[in-house]
Amino acid sequence: MFSPGDLMTIPFDSWINDFVRGWLVPNFRPAFRAAQVPITMTLNGLNGFFLWMPMLITTAAFALAAWRYAGRGIAIFTLLGFAFIDMIGLWPQTMTTLAMIVTSVLFCAVIGIPLGILAARSDRLWSVTRPVLDIMQTIPSFVYLVPIVMLFGVGMTPGIIATIIFALPPIVRLTNLGIRNVRGDLIEASHAFGSTGWQMLWDVQFPLALRTIMAGLNQTLMLALSMVVIAALIGAGGLGLVVNTGLGRLDVGGATAGGVGIVILAIVLDRITQGMGEQNNVQTVSLRQAVINLFRLRGPEPQGEPGKAG
Amino acid sequence: MQAKLSVKNVFKIFGDKTDEALSRLEQGESKEQIFEATGATVGVRDANFDVDEGEIFVVMGLSGSGKSTLVRMLNGLIPPTSGEVLIDGEDIADCKKDVLRRIRREKVAMVFQHFALFPHWTVAENAAYGLKVKGVPAAERRERAIAALEKVGLGSRADSLPSELSGGMQQRVGLARGLATDPQILLMDEPFGALDPLIRREMQDELVVLQKELKKTIVFITHDLNEALLLGDRIAIMQDGRFVQVGTAQEIVSAPADDYVAAFVADIDRGRVFTAEDVSNAAEAVTLGEASAEDAMRAMEDLNRHALYVVDGANRVAGVVTYQDLAAATLDNGAPNPILEDVMLTEYPTVDADVQLYDLYGAASAGLPIAVTDDKDRLVGVVEPEAVFAQLSGENGEQDAVPPPSVEDEKIKEGAHV
Repeated sequence: MFSPGDLMTIPFDSWINDFVRGWLVPNFRPAFRAAQVPITMTLNGLNGFFLWMPMLITTAAFALAAWRYAGRGIAIFTLLGFAFIDMIGLWPQTMTTLAMIVTSVLFCAVIGIPLGILAARSDRLWSVTRPVLDIMQTIPSFVYLVPIVMLFGVGMTPGIIATIIFALPPIVRLTNLGIRNVRGDLIEASHAFGSTGWQMLWDVQFPLALRTIMAGLNQTLMLALSMVVIAALIGAGGLGLVVNTGLGRLDVGGATAGGVGIVILAIVLDRITQGMGEQNNVQTVSLRQAVINLFRLRGPEPQGEPGKAG
Repeated sequence: MQAKLSVKNVFKIFGDKTDEALSRLEQGESKEQIFEATGATVGVRDANFDVDEGEIFVVMGLSGSGKSTLVRMLNGLIPPTSGEVLIDGEDIADCKKDVLRRIRREKVAMVFQHFALFPHWTVAENAAYGLKVKGVPAAERRERAIAALEKVGLGSRADSLPSELSGGMQQRVGLARGLATDPQILLMDEPFGALDPLIRREMQDELVVLQKELKKTIVFITHDLNEALLLGDRIAIMQDGRFVQVGTAQEIVSAPADDYVAAFVADIDRGRVFTAEDVSNAAEAVTLGEASAEDAMRAMEDLNRHALYVVDGANRVAGVVTYQDLAAATLDNGAPNPILEDVMLTEYPTVDADVQLYDLYGAASAGLPIAVTDDKDRLVGVVEPEAVFAQLSGENGEQDAVPPPSVEDEKIKEGAHV
């Protein structure tokens, strides 16, 4: 039976090898190395901070946030879960993982939200962005682990870069969706009163899209957590390393302990960020207000206070 | 005087082949033909009108007639395909972005059909939006927003969220947002279209009252002819993107330009369009002390009326005499010449010239002619009840305001009263 392969074979794999090894790595390795500096700095700062902060204070802060945004049940779960992690001796690893997650999500937000906003304003940009996001979401992460190691080396930061690639798509997609879904008549009203593009973005589009953007942030966070173990393959530490070590030594107990730690962290972070997103359902809170709310004991500040006209 | 807002030869064609569509329009092809040939939709064709300062110009048309497109071209939300839109002589169809933005901030505000309030802001913040865009400091804009809210009767709800308000109240906020920047021109795109009839009626009345104070130049879009007739100083009727008639309410109702307009006019509430002035006759009267009963009877015969007003020396109304009463008095007394004053009825209906026919029903059904008086009680006209009902039923719609009573009318009258 004839098949196209009889006619011609394409050495696709060696093309890619030539491209990455022969051109990309020799020419751009220093550039990529330099590009990872801000990630490394953020990560080290956060990691140092979380490791320095006493366990009880961190736990209390998370429990408080959980209570504010997700209710009493999750707050109690947070207290018990974090205590459990500490008792099984994985607190430092959990904090390292937390620092990695926060760093990844931060960079995803910094890249993804502006990109999503731009994509929402230009159909052409969106038509280019969309297939790239599709590839990022569907390509198995093992495929890009090797070139990442070649370009960035091994360690925590390359692990975070892999995580960013994996976790970026939802925040871009949902920011784009949120901005595009702002009601047309509100956009028209904003135009009719003579607002500039920035004014419209800041006053109307962003606040009204915030709930969708928060949902994207939550998705990004969850994807970042699911990359923890894979990123550990290229030298990232934390709970992922615990799981990997357990796996390598056929140490079921150790692997399970690391896995349980990831699950507890995932549940707490998911519920808190979901709760934050849902608050925007009723009333959209400005970023400043959201930060203030985080540190308040009682429910969110009632909207329409005379003092905050505008 | 230069018109506040002037629209000259404005066309709007949606689609790609606008040039081809324009030339086909010039050749007189219809909207459907052009759409089939080019795929372009004609939104507005050859709109020409001026709106003077302080005038309410109503554009009335059914959905798809292009009225919403037209109003959006007046503040550049939709750029016209060709033509000029002049605001104080400045062409906004062809100007730089920042000029357009300045005009939107300073001169033209808009009120939307579905309110278009920002759900994440309070009522006061919504009303202050135009000021915020202009960069007015927070304290001042809140003050001005509340002043605007008070004008529309919502001062107490400044700190509510729009979602907590009823539809009518939400549109008041929309109106306050439009008024807060103190624009000269207000564009209202079917502002009351989404409200239920009672609230709509209330809002219309309030707009009339508000306009007396504010004297804005208003372009008001509606699909409701009654609303158009009630509010409009002038009304344009739109069909398939073009104006079929422009005129005052009375002109449109009494002389529809074509069958399309006539079909609309057929079932409108004429009682709210015409006023006592439109149906009143000349102020024919006899003067007390000068005219005898016989004079009065003769005058009535000459004028074909069955009752006549009696005025004093200063043309003030003293009473009304009916032919019937005079005839009866003549017979009873046996005297040939009863005194007018004895027969005269001093209970008579009286109205101002600008009273709507709607409010004349009651007086007209009493049967006596109605005295139209000025503010000093002087007789300026007389409204025959028949004229009221004839105008309301549209029988003399084609005629001018003062119809001479016909012979047939008189016969009916004789039958009724003798």
